[in-house]
Amino acid sequence: MSHASESGPAATPPAQWEPRIVAFFCNWCTYTASDLAGVSRMKHAPNVRIIRVMCSGRVDPQFVLDAFARGADGVLIGGCHFGDCHYSEGNHKALRRVTMLRRVLADMGIEADRFRLEWISAAEGEKVKSVVNDMVAKVKALGPLGLPEHFKEWDREMEAMEGELVSKEVAHVG
Amino acid sequence: MSAKPKVAFYWCASCGGCEESVVDLAETILDVVAKVDIVLWPVAMDFKRKDVEAMPDGSILAALINGAIRSSEQEEMVRLLRRKSQIVIAYGACAHQGGIPGLGNQFSRSAMMKFAYEDSPSTQNPEHTHPMPEFADQGRLATLPTLWNVVRTLDQVIDVEYYLPGCPPTPKLLGQALEALLSGQAPPKGTVLAPDIALCEECPRKDTKPTDLAIREFKRPHLALVDPETCLLAQGFLCMGPATRGGCEAVCIRGNMPCSGCFGPTSRVRDQGAKMLSSVCSAIAATDDKEIQDIVNMIPDPVGTLYRYGLAASLLRRRADLQA
Repeated sequence: MSHASESGPAATPPAQWEPRIVAFFCNWCTYTASDLAGVSRMKHAPNVRIIRVMCSGRVDPQFVLDAFARGADGVLIGGCHFGDCHYSEGNHKALRRVTMLRRVLADMGIEADRFRLEWISAAEGEKVKSVVNDMVAKVKALGPLGLPEHFKEWDREMEAMEGELVSKEVAHVG
Repeated sequence: MSAKPKVAFYWCASCGGCEESVVDLAETILDVVAKVDIVLWPVAMDFKRKDVEAMPDGSILAALINGAIRSSEQEEMVRLLRRKSQIVIAYGACAHQGGIPGLGNQFSRSAMMKFAYEDSPSTQNPEHTHPMPEFADQGRLATLPTLWNVVRTLDQVIDVEYYLPGCPPTPKLLGQALEALLSGQAPPKGTVLAPDIALCEECPRKDTKPTDLAIREFKRPHLALVDPETCLLAQGFLCMGPATRGGCEAVCIRGNMPCSGCFGPTSRVRDQGAKMLSSVCSAIAATDDKEIQDIVNMIPDPVGTLYRYGLAASLLRRRADLQA
């Protein structure tokens, strides 16, 4: 991470927080574009963890939700432009799913800027760079999503009960 | 006391339909009663919590618990039953997946209380009276259970051996489950006691489901005529069959209503709503952004439709911007 050297390990998380974005890139276009960006020595924000999939149509909506549930602050899907899909209409399927998934995410309180679908051809290394930088800036502005932390926080109401019951039982047995 | 195995039934956040389904065993219930001692069944028998507390740990063979967990009392009772039971079965959609109560995970507790006690159309409450967990009267303290912020599935609270899916489970599945337990042929822990196939596989309209559904519109069953022969998805009704476990023998579809997903997903799927979204959206016959949007918008409430029974068990569990 670019800012990692600025402060020591004991610094408070908010000041030091960097978004984590999971990116599903299709093998034929966007992943190749990302490779091109690399060999062209372009630099983009280092906050993206790229997962290569064979097609944007392979991205099960479960992958997106799972990424958020495991701590991603944003999810980016990259596929081929219409007409270019290696499997002819995988990207169309991706768009249909994403259209509905956006509504589900909105209803579940996840901001629109955390989830993005982009068509990036194998020649568009520059676009990988600009999309990633733009998304990182937007997610940074939103702050952490922090679902794993939310889950822990939500379940705290049960921990109290667990302790209480054990003490009750000890009293009962005693 | 006899040496018959002991069985307990308990209900948490549920409608009572699961209790009804036990009664629906009809005469078979007599065979069940002949083989087991029912030691707790609040809806039908007069055993109390203290009776359960007095039993040695692990002395109940099986506790069948229905309903989601959303209050301190429910949590306390299921933890007690867990200790006293060798086997806990999450009985019905609410215990299994959160069920209808799980949809409460879209709202904060205060918003729900306000709606239930003030804003709902059938309520008149000019003094804004809300239930309170504690109330002192003449030097005595009356207490009520606390409503938790989060609605949970049973296995999010206690360890669960088996799941009987459905809203409610069918008497046939219950009968088979009891038979398996009593014969000592218990399946591996974590098993959902219903076939591990999608509902479409056992649907009587299976042969009318086209390979490409080519969905051009979504219809709602109360606003359109439903052809009783053809695949409901092919007619444009959002039938949850492709993403829902079979075992109900397609009762709703035989009643000419689309599946709403109460049996939860098969073992290959983690999040039923997301899987259904995936399946149905890929079959939309539109390529243009605007056209896709228009078709997708024909589903007024995607969360309530795709996660009707599964929100509490879903990957996201609850609206992300709600407080603990």
